[in-house]
Amino acid sequence: MADTSELVNSSSNVKSLKADEAKAPLTPSQLIWRRFRKHRMAVVGGIGAVILILFIIIGSIVYPETRANETDLKQRLAGPSSTHWFGTDSVGRDVFIRIIYGGQISLFIGLLAVAVSVSLGTLVGGVAAYYGGWVDSVMMRFTEAMLAIPSLFLLIVLAKFIGREVGQVVILGRTFSGSIGIVILVIGLTSWMYLARIVRANVLSIKELDYVSASRALGASDVRIFFKHLVPNTLGPIIVSSTLGLAGAILTEAYVSFLGLGVQQPTSTWGNMMQQAQSFLIRGAWWMWVFPSVFIVFIILCVNLLGDGLRDAFDPRSNRHL
Amino acid sequence: MWSYLVRRFVQAIFILFIITMLCFVLTRLSSDPMAQYANKPGISAADKERIAQSLGLDKPMPVQYVRWLGLALQGDLGNSFFSKQPVLDMIKQRLPMTLVLMITAEIFIILVSLVLGLVAAVKQYSFVDNLITTLSFIGFSMPIFFIALGCIMLFAVKFKQWGLPYLPTGADIWNPKDPVEMIRHLVMPVFCLVAIQTAGYSRFLRTSILEVLGLDYVRTARAKGLTERVTLYKHAFRNAILPFVTIIGLDIPFLMGGALVTESVFTWPGMGRLFWEYAGRGDYPVVLGVLLLTSTGVVFFTIIVDLLYTVIDPRIRLS
Repeated sequence: MADTSELVNSSSNVKSLKADEAKAPLTPSQLIWRRFRKHRMAVVGGIGAVILILFIIIGSIVYPETRANETDLKQRLAGPSSTHWFGTDSVGRDVFIRIIYGGQISLFIGLLAVAVSVSLGTLVGGVAAYYGGWVDSVMMRFTEAMLAIPSLFLLIVLAKFIGREVGQVVILGRTFSGSIGIVILVIGLTSWMYLARIVRANVLSIKELDYVSASRALGASDVRIFFKHLVPNTLGPIIVSSTLGLAGAILTEAYVSFLGLGVQQPTSTWGNMMQQAQSFLIRGAWWMWVFPSVFIVFIILCVNLLGDGLRDAFDPRSNRHL
Repeated sequence: MWSYLVRRFVQAIFILFIITMLCFVLTRLSSDPMAQYANKPGISAADKERIAQSLGLDKPMPVQYVRWLGLALQGDLGNSFFSKQPVLDMIKQRLPMTLVLMITAEIFIILVSLVLGLVAAVKQYSFVDNLITTLSFIGFSMPIFFIALGCIMLFAVKFKQWGLPYLPTGADIWNPKDPVEMIRHLVMPVFCLVAIQTAGYSRFLRTSILEVLGLDYVRTARAKGLTERVTLYKHAFRNAILPFVTIIGLDIPFLMGGALVTESVFTWPGMGRLFWEYAGRGDYPVVLGVLLLTSTGVVFFTIIVDLLYTVIDPRIRLS
């Protein structure tokens, strides 16, 4: 990928930039921050994401969790009103409060799925590049094999594979459907491949550099070299792809839920709220469908904008915003 | 060149081997084809054993895998547990429908994204560009069923209520042989696929056209006094679409797999729905057949695209 060579050149570019500016020299992180700040849409995306997270946090403080699952059969499929801002669903639960708690779960799933996929991607790509030889061949062929299977097919097969037994889990005193864990795993396990390739390309070029040889000569272990030198120097692409991956994971959660393989009711997520809304849409319950979708599109849009800005910010060659 | 090809083919076969193994283990362990008989009265334990035996389920997994692979290599993907039909026949039935949908969609996707990308790049930072960029960002962030359900809601349900000419939802029974019927049923799924897919592509094209427009040879062309038109179409555009060709080439095999979600929403009888329906029933010969076919397509198309690329772009040499 393009990111690789760019990152390798970063040190020399930064130097020339410093020479250009007569003012106080900037550290690489300051440069990144400057480039990011100039990217107006990215800042907008960042602010949007923060507002949404604040909305979810404040909402969860104002409304207790029990309200999200409180059914009121007299108020089934009621449109938006002053008591139920976003209307109610088919069993009379308040859509507004479910969006708050669904958002928690959707973001939680997104973050953890990205954590799984980023760790896997970094590990596979890094190990393949660092050891090379047949380890590299086997790992990369496996990566390519995973990439050759259409992602939604792979997702379904894997969801059926992991999702055989589901129980309830208790996290932080709250009971969740065990399907949350499955969704996290399924999304994480099917989305690490691109990052693995980026990390591999990056590590391949870094591992021959003098400081890595020096550190090996000093007797550093492979693990130390990996985590102290190789990973930190690949952080740019990792950060960018985890940001974009978060958007992807939230979107995938929606797809998985839409196919009925996602988190099961009564725990709400934005994805399964849309799935539930599908059958009531024909009967005119547009609020059940529009509100969760707007939230999904909004958060993904914000995170994508943010990721786009970060990509430019971490690209040392992009000086156009300075 | 030849050694490159041989190496690529050996790799491809190795990849396909991993794919079959991965898919076999995942599908085989995740679904129990015998589950359908579990609650049926009138089937004794001995009957179940006999059924399992006839399906080859009593053998250990590696044996089952080797048997399946051996038959698959001879073009026999086995029979579906449910419909009892040969999997290959089922795929042959569904593939044309998927190809009709996906090829129509792909043609529009390419045309629309070329136009949008070009307009956005040439009129950079204008109102039109901002509009296209904003819309493509939104489209890029949207699950396809959002648009699909919206379309059904508006064009099928509401239009019918309002007495306007409406489009069929797909849930009705229709004759695919009738071209008018076919087009009526194609409109909405194609529109949705185009709307979602174009979003990413046009953004990609815009970037790559802008990149090329900033290059020295474009400046030279302008300095020579060539018209903007010639500069743009004869010089810049041709090079700018090179990476786009790769992307499209890599998308083509995925067309065979169909669009699972779109096909499900519009009840389009294609490969994606075939996969989805049979994956739900644990009918693993069908699931494996579809997986094998699509991933073989992907693996070999990747090689073909790489080869074609050296033809389109002589700067690239295979090694």
